[in-house]
Amino acid sequence: MEYAVSILAGLLFASGVYLLMEKRLLKVVIGTVLLSHGAHLMILTMGGLKKGAPPLLDDSISQYTDPLPQALILTSIVISFGVTSFLLVLAYRTYKTVKTDQVDQLRGTDDE
Amino acid sequence: MHLLHVAIVLPLMYALFAGLFARWKRTIHTGWFILPLPALLFIYFISILPGVSQAPLFASLHWIPSLNINFDVYADGLALLFSLLITGIGSLVILYSIFYLHTSEKLGHFYTYLLIFMSAMLGIVLSDNLFVLYTFWELTSISSFLLIGFWNHRDKARYGAQKSLLITVAGGLSMLGAFFMLSHVTGTSSIRTLLLQTETILEHPLFPVMLILILFGAFAKSAQFPFHIWLPDAMEAPTPVSAYLHSATMVKAGLYLVARFSMAFTPSDLFFILVTGVGLLTLCWGSYLALKQTDLKAILAYSTISQLGMIMAMLGFGSSTAILGAVFHIFNHATFKGSLFMVAGIIDHETGTRDIRRLRGLLTFMPITATLTLIATFSMAGVPMPILNGFLSKEMFFTAATELAKEGSLQAAVAPYVPIFAVFGSIFTFAYSMFLFFRPFTGSKDEADFPNKPHEAPAGMLISPSILVALVIVIGLFPNLIAGVLLAPATESILGGKAVTDIYFWHGFFNLPFLLSCLVATAGILVYFFRKRLDGMYRILPGKASGNRLFDGLVYSLEAGSSRVNGRIMTGSLTDYFQIILVFFVGVVGYTIVEKMPLDFMSSQLASVEWYEWLILLVIGLSAIVTLFIHHRIALILVIGVTGYGVALLFVMFRAPDLALTQLVIETVTVALFLLCFAHMPRLEKPGKKAPIRKILQIVLSVGVGVIVAVTGISSFRFGDQFEKISAYFLETSYTLGGGKNVVNTILVDMRGLDTMLEIAVLGLAAIGIYVMIKVRDREELK
Repeated sequence: MEYAVSILAGLLFASGVYLLMEKRLLKVVIGTVLLSHGAHLMILTMGGLKKGAPPLLDDSISQYTDPLPQALILTSIVISFGVTSFLLVLAYRTYKTVKTDQVDQLRGTDDE
Repeated sequence: MHLLHVAIVLPLMYALFAGLFARWKRTIHTGWFILPLPALLFIYFISILPGVSQAPLFASLHWIPSLNINFDVYADGLALLFSLLITGIGSLVILYSIFYLHTSEKLGHFYTYLLIFMSAMLGIVLSDNLFVLYTFWELTSISSFLLIGFWNHRDKARYGAQKSLLITVAGGLSMLGAFFMLSHVTGTSSIRTLLLQTETILEHPLFPVMLILILFGAFAKSAQFPFHIWLPDAMEAPTPVSAYLHSATMVKAGLYLVARFSMAFTPSDLFFILVTGVGLLTLCWGSYLALKQTDLKAILAYSTISQLGMIMAMLGFGSSTAILGAVFHIFNHATFKGSLFMVAGIIDHETGTRDIRRLRGLLTFMPITATLTLIATFSMAGVPMPILNGFLSKEMFFTAATELAKEGSLQAAVAPYVPIFAVFGSIFTFAYSMFLFFRPFTGSKDEADFPNKPHEAPAGMLISPSILVALVIVIGLFPNLIAGVLLAPATESILGGKAVTDIYFWHGFFNLPFLLSCLVATAGILVYFFRKRLDGMYRILPGKASGNRLFDGLVYSLEAGSSRVNGRIMTGSLTDYFQIILVFFVGVVGYTIVEKMPLDFMSSQLASVEWYEWLILLVIGLSAIVTLFIHHRIALILVIGVTGYGVALLFVMFRAPDLALTQLVIETVTVALFLLCFAHMPRLEKPGKKAPIRKILQIVLSVGVGVIVAVTGISSFRFGDQFEKISAYFLETSYTLGGGKNVVNTILVDMRGLDTMLEIAVLGLAAIGIYVMIKVRDREELK
């Protein structure tokens, strides 16, 4: 299982990086979304998968999955959401201001 | 704190007031306020001279004791000879500058720079600590830079200043490197102590490096071949500066350095080859080029280069005659070259031009100047007349050159060729000296068309050159006046032993050096008369191979090259920068993985995969790949949504309910946001054709990153559970300490609450940022 998820994370990274090198701003933003998915899966996998019950304490269970990576990912999800939404609005703003969404044509504005 | 410390720092302190004087009394020339200081210092150095020739003075002052850098001063014969030159000629130059510079010039600046320079020079010659010496060394470079660029509205002055700074500072820095090595090898930064460890230094494997670095510094400062090119361009400085810095003092700092270290270095053959070789080459090249110049100061500049080469060669010989000759010539050169520069300044001042082709028949207008020039040029030429000090030291040069064979086997091997160079250089020296006197002063005065009507200079301007020329004659007649008190201690401190210092007033007619002098005079006269015929030779050599072309080309190609490199790398395209980052990531990490980390797989502790889990993995993977090829906006968002919900499902499989919840909510909001944004963005048409190389690079890099991530993940499992996880503690104490049964939530708010707080801050900031971006811009658009 861990190997399969690692390979999936690698695939997500590859697609994310590929999209980051695209010309359209929106594809770049989507690339960051894919990258963060890959990173989250990676963190979770590193802690080991499916080794017990969900980390909700119950007297009848003795084996739980590792709660720490989950806490880390939870923090990371929220942060990457913040960044993604910021990037989206930034892309929207950029398009409104310079009238292009081509990354190669972004060379600063006159009133800078 | 010793009086010597005060003497070094005093001009620097006094420089603080130069500007005040210049503002305070505009009617009185600022130079009059400055003049007493060097005169006072000169008297002080004279007064300690007799004592120092018996026992050198040493005084220490703590500066940075922890680094073994202390402001230690050490006054021996050599240091005092230089100190006397610096303060003595300094006084004369300041006196001269009072009449040379008009009160409308920026006198405050001028004297401030000059005093800083004087302090720095005294610091160089009196310092006993390597690093203090270096500090003062760079201070001379900087003050010289300021003085050369004094008339900074002229392009040529700025060019000359920049060139001299680049060359001398390059030399200074390499010298600093040598100083680090020297103090490391010998374990001391005191020059006196270090010089006594000749064997340790010479036998160290780093010795050739040290020697070359230190000589680079000395050669660059003393304008030796091929670093001489800055000196002629430094002639854009006001003439008092040229007289002071670029004939008598700063250019001799390199000579001082070589002389100071020659006690330890002389036994080395490499030292002999480099110093003598470069010295002789500079002697010949400088005097050869001097004859070509048409500007008075340029002739003097090349002449200075050649004379410095001659002294350098004598320091390289290392015999006691040669060292005495070197010391004697350092003194003599300062006298006659100082006066010659001042005379050139007078001619410039009174006729309005320095171009030797326009000067003619000045003898009748300026008889006193002519007399001074006559004596100084003849002394420089070494005309065989024993009233000229230049002749005496040149004789000593020939003597040393002909006696070189006695010094050692290597010296004996080259001994037959050295006099040839010496004579060749001297012939040209003779010729340009004659040119320098006869061309401007003789000839019919009718031909002359001067910018100003020529007349004799004011008396005040003539005082300083007269004193120097008087010295030329007095020393020429009675060399032993200074031989005992001044030259002997200086020679001894170079040699580190007793020196024979009888300078013969007259050698008699039939000895080799005198015959060589006569040969030089005869050949020099011939060269002078047939100098027009030499034009063809100057076209071949230097022709295109001049050092200036090399320097300019070097500076130009450095600038052009770096801007080309910059232009290539800094394209302004974000994609390019990102690709550069990725190339290094893939290259470095990939190399490390291949080189250091043998892949071995361990599958014993891994979880198994059910068929529905395969399905989810497959869906996520497919949707990720599909995003690359979709050009329809809505479809793209939906596919991204599939990826996100797939990940949420995986979280469910992996027993992470909180993650699954958050992921679901966030994915929904993100998709909504995307939809909101896409409505305002243009359609994603099919992108235009990319250059195939870029497409390939894009694919290779992204696949590389993916493979590296996957491989890193897979191979990290081979470490297994080597260490106990901290999570056991969280599971154990979640209820007892945190009072919660949801361990993930307890970690988020109790155990690692700080993370959560800052994450809230991030969200808040993002919200504020988005609000500002939308609101503020909207308001602007409304206006």
